[in-house]
This record gives sequence, C-alpha cells and structure tokens, in this order.
Amino acid sequence: MEILNDLLNYLPAAIVAVGGLVVMMMDGYKAKSRLIYQTTMFFLAGALVIATYDLLYQEVGTLFSDMAASGSTAAFGTFIVVFGTFFTVILTHDYLIGVKHNYPQVYPLLMFCTVGMIVLATANDLVTVFIGLETMSISLYALAGIIRDKQLGVESALKYFILGAFSTGFFLYGIALLYGATGSTNLSEIGAYTDGSMIYWGGVSMLLVAFFFKISAVPFHMWTPDVYTGSPTTITAYMSTASKTAAIVALVLILERALPYAADQITSTMAIIAIMTMVLGNTVAMVQDNVKRMLAYSSIAHVGYLLVGLAAGTDLGFTAVLYYLLAYSLMNIGAFGVVAYYEKNHDVHFNNIESYAGLGYKQPLMGILLSVFLLSLAGIPPLAGFIGKYLVFAAAVEAGLINLVIIGVLASAASAYFYLRVMVYLYFKESKEPVKLMKPLRVYSFSLVVLAVLTLYFGILPAGITELIASYFSGNGLAIVP
Amino acid sequence: METFFFVFISTLAIGTALAMVISKNTVNSALFMVLHMLSVAGFYTLLNAQFLAVIQILVYAGAIMVLFLFVIMLLNLDEDEKVVSKIDFKQLISFTLALVVLAQLLYITGNYAGVLPELTGEPIAAVGTVEAIGDELFTTFLLPFEVTAILLTAAVVGAMLLAQKTSNVIDE
Repeated sequence: MEILNDLLNYLPAAIVAVGGLVVMMMDGYKAKSRLIYQTTMFFLAGALVIATYDLLYQEVGTLFSDMAASGSTAAFGTFIVVFGTFFTVILTHDYLIGVKHNYPQVYPLLMFCTVGMIVLATANDLVTVFIGLETMSISLYALAGIIRDKQLGVESALKYFILGAFSTGFFLYGIALLYGATGSTNLSEIGAYTDGSMIYWGGVSMLLVAFFFKISAVPFHMWTPDVYTGSPTTITAYMSTASKTAAIVALVLILERALPYAADQITSTMAIIAIMTMVLGNTVAMVQDNVKRMLAYSSIAHVGYLLVGLAAGTDLGFTAVLYYLLAYSLMNIGAFGVVAYYEKNHDVHFNNIESYAGLGYKQPLMGILLSVFLLSLAGIPPLAGFIGKYLVFAAAVEAGLINLVIIGVLASAASAYFYLRVMVYLYFKESKEPVKLMKPLRVYSFSLVVLAVLTLYFGILPAGITELIASYFSGNGLAIVP
Repeated sequence: METFFFVFISTLAIGTALAMVISKNTVNSALFMVLHMLSVAGFYTLLNAQFLAVIQILVYAGAIMVLFLFVIMLLNLDEDEKVVSKIDFKQLISFTLALVVLAQLLYITGNYAGVLPELTGEPIAAVGTVEAIGDELFTTFLLPFEVTAILLTAAVVGAMLLAQKTSNVIDE
C-alpha cells in the first residue's frame, strides 16, 4: 500500500486534478457558470486546507519512487501555488464577467495549470520537472488568449506560445545532455556527479537558460511585457506569481540537490543576470505610462531580487528567496486585483496612468488597498515586501556579494518612483472626465483585504514564517550530497 | 558494422535536416523532414529501442507529418508552385549514391583520425522492448505518466477555449 501512502502525501495535487476533471465535465453537461465557479472554489478550498496542514506537519521524504518530494520546500511551494490560485479564481470570475469573456473552460484550465505548478514545485526528477513545466505552460498559453477579439490578446497568446515552445526545446536539450553526462535524471544522482565535462556544462547552461526564460530574467525577458499587457489582468497576476513561484521553487531544489558541484559558477552567473534584471526592470518601468506594463517590468525587477538570493546560494539565501516568493505572491496578486477592478469599469486594455487620476477618492477602500500593495512592492516598512528585500540582501552580504547588494539597493530605491507615481495620480490629480466606478462585489473586496492584511502581518511579524522556512535547510531535510 | 551504420545514419540525419531548412519549397521541406524522422528512428534501432523506433515512424513520420502536409496544402500555396515536382530517377539514384559515398568517406576519415565512437554490438539487456517500457511506465514513472494525462486534457480544453465562438459566453 505504498502507493496509497504516496497519494495521501500528494493530496493537494490529486484534489485539484480531480476537481479540474469534475469542473470540465460539468461544462460538458451545460452547468451554470456560477455553479462551475462554486465547485472550483470548493475543490480549491479543500486543497488549500490540506496544503496548509502539509506545510505545518508533513514529513520530509520522496514519493512515487523518487519522482516527487514531500515536506519542506515542496510543501511550501504547493501552499503558495494553491493559495495564489484560490485568490486568482475569485478575482478572475468577477473580472471575466465584467469584461464579458467568462468562458466555462477557464476554470478547468486554471485547475490543470495548478496541478502542473504543484508537480513542478515538488519535482525530484528532471522528468517530473519537465512534465510539470509543460502542463503549466500549455494551460497558460491558452489562458493568455482568452480576450482574443482584441489584438493585444491574440498577440500575447501567440508570442507566449512560440517563445515558450522555443524555451522548452532548450530545457529538453539540457535534460538530455545532463542525462548523457551523469546517466540519470534523478536530482540527487545528478548531484553526486563531480567530473565536469563539456556535456555536463552544456546541460547545466541549457537548463538554466530555460529556467531564466520561464521566470523572465534579463536577457530572456522580451516576451514578458507584451504577454502581461495583453493577457486578462487576473491571469497576469496568476502568471507573475504562482507560475514564477513554482518555477523558482523547482530551481531552488535543482540548485541545491542536483548542482552543488557547479555552485561557484552558478553564483557568478546568477550575480550577472541579477544585476541586469534589476537594472533593466526598474529603469524601463519608470517610463511606462500603462500601469499593467509598468507592473510587468516591476515583476521582472522582482525576479532580479530573487536571483540575488539564489546567487548567494547559501541556506540563508534560499530561505530569503522562499519568503520573498510568499510576500511577492501576496502583494502582486493584490495589486493586479485592484488594477483588474479599475479596468473592468473602463474598458479592456485601458490602463493608462492618466485615467487613474482621482480614482483614489471614488472607492476609498480600493484606493487604500492599491496603495498598500504598491508600497509593499516598493519595499517600504512595515510591509512584507520590505522584509523580503531585507532578507535577500542580508543573505547576499553574508555571502560576500557586496557589489551586487549595492546595485540592488540602489535599483530598489529607484523603483519607489514609479510605484509612488501611481499613488500620486490616485490622490493628487484631478480627473478630466468623470468616471463612474461600480461598487465592487463583497467577496472581491474581502479577498483583497485578506491579502493586504496578510501583507501587513508578514511584514510586522515575519519571525514565525522565516523560522519555518529556515528549518527546511538547517535540518537534514534537504540533505546535500557531499 | 554498427559504427558504419551509425555514421551513415548520422550523415543522412544531418543532411536531411540541412536540406529541410535550406529548401525553398515548403512541401519539399516537409518531405525532407519525413526522411529526417526516419533516420532518427534508425538511431533508436541502433540503441536497441525497437519500440521507440516503431513509435517514431508511426507517430512522427506518419501521423504528424501527414498533418503537416495537409496544412501546407490547405494554406497559402502559390499557384505556379508545383506541389511535388516529377520524380527524376536520375536524381534519386545520384542522391543515394552521393549519400553512400559521403558516408563512406566520413567513416574512413573518422577512422583515420580516430574520432569514431566505440560501438559494441552487445545489446543492453532489453531496455527498449514493449515489456520493459510498460514495466517502467507503470512503476517508476507512474507520476509523470499520470500527469501527462492531465497535460493532454489541458491541451484539449485549451484548444476548445480558443477555438469556440465568442457567443458561448454565459453572463450572470
């Protein structure tokens, strides 16, 4: 009954998968859109409860004959992914009704996408990593193109698909070369390899290229602004948080378990890429007039901060990265949620910053929420974004990457400009034409308030969660192969 | 013998891949790709993975390439462009001859320079048979196998989402 035990430890993914199939069949039997939405939420709530339980109590181990990991980082990644999906679905339902594109197929796709993310975040074998990555990506390609009667929507889906397929090629080639060099796809067995040949290094670099593409690090970021601008706003929130979380958790696992031999080279690579990503993301975001595009560049910049933590490569660095992912998911879903609310009341793809003038007074709650999320993104204490940046930079200082930290802090300080600019428009500019804002649904504003409160909570009392994460790396949970 | 076979197939695979990229006629490109897929199947046979080789021919060289050709023929094909030029036997024979000679030349130069890979004729004990693959697929690779099912379902649902009419939207 080993398989039953494995399945019990893999319950969140199983629940979401079954939920996706159920929701898909309900659409086949022409169920009401509202019922489909409620069923989706029901399954996601179940998965969230179990993911939370796993986060706190699950034992560290491997499942399905070493194909997946359980406990520690895997449980943490699963939790963030399911948590992000839960809120995304609430926001997406309302948003899609608002823009009149509420297809019933969106819900099963979101569920399947989540399964892919969980598999990716818990993977312990390159085969599983690949399958998870593909399940996630293919669902996202379709989701990016929901609003396909607008040119931007089509452009976004097509660009994402073609470039994504290209990066998948790199990933597969990397796996093939690594397998050729080490004779295994299992992460720990690859980690036991200590004989650097050309094939090995070729495999490592291809693997990293594919990951850099998926998390949109410079210079592999070209697709990000266009795709994020053209996709439905709440799906953009999903892409920029849950999918990046899954990819980065997988990357942390791969770096820690499979590539300790290449750690030095990876540190210098990551440092260079992190500098480029932070500088370019923040500078280009400054000149954006479209709020959604600005948030896209800001998400590139945040990947830069995450890469600083990965460049440190220490336990402290990985802890900081995982905490940052949680904080980033909270505030970014929130920010995009409010943007989606404003957009729903205007017109799809109408996000010019000018149109935000004076909106802060129209619906005070929404204005305050957006301000909180933007301040957190800018890294202003006492919000979660500040603690995340602090931990990441502290880990880098500890690892002796002083130059990297100086550039990072400067870039982060510059980023305050474009976040505060939105708030200036919200509160200190008069709107030229009168805009009528509908009252948001109660569940919509409530979920945004929950996100804001959590952002504040993890900013003021980060100790509990950081200790939890630190325990993943200090114990023998993630045994590094010597 | 195996080494020569390997060099021969490699020449064929690289040559057809190049020809596919260079060729101006899309149909020719697609046909070259079929040839390329077949040579890759040859590699699988060389590696004792008979099952994979058969699947490669059935799925890639067969089903997927037919789909390719259909799309090419249904889409923009210029009027004056011939779909398939008449088969010229002289060309065919010269192509085959040139290929064999080139492969032999490469084999000899490779042998002389000592860069040929060591290929032993001993089969790796039954890794490529149907039984071995099925056994692995439902034990070691059970999780990826099941997730692949989700992946394929997601692809179908995604295609439906993108292909349906906008009027299918139900508003509450």
